Amino acid sequence: MHIPDGFIDAPTSLAAGAAAAGALVVCARRSGEMMEDKHAPMAGLVAAFIFAAQMINFPVAGGTSGHLLGGALAAILVGPYLGALCVSVVLVVQALMIADGGLSALGLNIVNMALVGAFAGYGIFLLARRLLRATRGGVMAASAVAAFLAVVLGALAFTAEYAIGGAGGASLTRVAGAMVGVHLLIGLGEALITALTVSAVLAVRPDLVHGARDLAGRLAPLADRTAAVRS
Amino acid sequence: MARRRLALFVAAGLAVAVVLAFFLGPAASSQPDGLNRVAIDEGFADEEAGHRLDDSPLAGYQVKGVDGDRLSTGLAGAVGVTVTFVLAGGLFLVLRRRRTTE
Repeated sequence: MHIPDGFIDAPTSLAAGAAAAGALVVCARRSGEMMEDKHAPMAGLVAAFIFAAQMINFPVAGGTSGHLLGGALAAILVGPYLGALCVSVVLVVQALMIADGGLSALGLNIVNMALVGAFAGYGIFLLARRLLRATRGGVMAASAVAAFLAVVLGALAFTAEYAIGGAGGASLTRVAGAMVGVHLLIGLGEALITALTVSAVLAVRPDLVHGARDLAGRLAPLADRTAAVRS
Repeated sequence: MARRRLALFVAAGLAVAVVLAFFLGPAASSQPDGLNRVAIDEGFADEEAGHRLDDSPLAGYQVKGVDGDRLSTGLAGAVGVTVTFVLAGGLFLVLRRRRTTE
């Protein structure tokens, strides 16, 4: 979903850049306050994992591919503020080092993937958790729903940006329909990868899943449980 | 103890990320992604401007000067994963420092 330069005009890109910068300053402040020192290596790990996962395009229907965006995953693991920062670091590295995602489109990409992904994703995750049981399965299901919807919302965010300053004069209803249509499929991949990753971290270190820290006491790590059985 | 276990967890996680990038990155589908597919189908793909950093050493997930697509992409991925880890971890450390010294 990385927007290259040229799809969206300069004023819209600039406005998105300013909005993204402002939001990231808030994220930096809030995550500095809310999180602990142990989250520094976790922030690095979450960003590194998302960078790797974003490389791995999987095929979806009709000669099209998709890859994990990671906003919801990051927010579930380290909270929405630090999560949005992690995805933003990935997007900056890609734009500056890999030439993936346009330079003037960086703000747009941060809005669609980091901010919408982390904040909308986390909001949906919290809502879903309220409706589901407080178990590992419940957290996995909530992660899947949040990841799926976050991708679709990111696709809608692009559509809104295209409506404001899109180049090429494509029909808006067609762009909206096509963006949502293909991202429903990509969202399924996002849901699967997100749920499996959250589940893997829950199995080893439940205390490191920010969105399930209420369960940390009850879901003791596998190693501790086997130790308890032996003793 | 808790610190050492965290370090172990992060090291293992980082190893997984490097392995994914190095081995699966080169095997990724090269079909256009969702957005590019829509741009092609709806006729605005030609609006794409060239990337200003297309000449950089890791542009397009290829290490300049390394022959062999798979190796080149794998290496670019491994370097990218490492740089991303250091930047994100370092950024958060700086944020924490500023919080605790204030």
